[in-house]
Amino acid sequence: MDVMDFIISKYNYWMYIIIMMIGFYAMIAKTNLVKKVLGMNIFQTAIILFFVSIASKRGATIPIIQHGHGEAADIIHTAQYMNPLPHVLMLTAIVVMVSTFGVAIALLILIYRRYNTLEEDEILEILRTEDGK
Amino acid sequence: MIWQLDIILLIIVVICALAAISVKDLLSSAILFGAYSFLLCLVWAEMGAVDVAFTEATVGAGISTAFFIGAIYHTSRRTKD
Repeated sequence: MDVMDFIISKYNYWMYIIIMMIGFYAMIAKTNLVKKVLGMNIFQTAIILFFVSIASKRGATIPIIQHGHGEAADIIHTAQYMNPLPHVLMLTAIVVMVSTFGVAIALLILIYRRYNTLEEDEILEILRTEDGK
Repeated sequence: MIWQLDIILLIIVVICALAAISVKDLLSSAILFGAYSFLLCLVWAEMGAVDVAFTEATVGAGISTAFFIGAIYHTSRRTKD
């Protein structure tokens, strides 16, 4: 029973592992290059999910202090607020994710203009026949 | 954190991810990826990471899907797997 409680109470992390493995499978096994880029994006969002899961606490609220400017400032208990540091780190990660996605999409358009296909095996076949000449 | 809502959203997220990588049409894949990003944004807003949810909604679900559809318009919708 303890083992089941341990598994069920950490459901965020199990889902994070499942989503991460879906992205990893798409990066490795799919032959279409757009599907590979999509798998990379899914992988990155899974890592962001992991960091956000680290930051959240039960019974805590978002990290904004009420009455922060009055003279009667309340005593702040950190157990009442979520940890904002992983959130800030993940903001940077999202921006990096979109810029890698844009560069990857630009490279895919160049590859399509050169080889007229987006399938990895067809591109490898064209490269092999070009080497044979 | 409401764990019932959390589990339901995470299961739909996993289904959307599986559908986005297994569908045979790249335009459907792009739309399913937009749905995936938006559902993850809901998960993060529900977990208390409001700023991350906001950025993901504008940048992940908005700009990424627009880039994706632009790239498919410039290349092809065909995929073998």
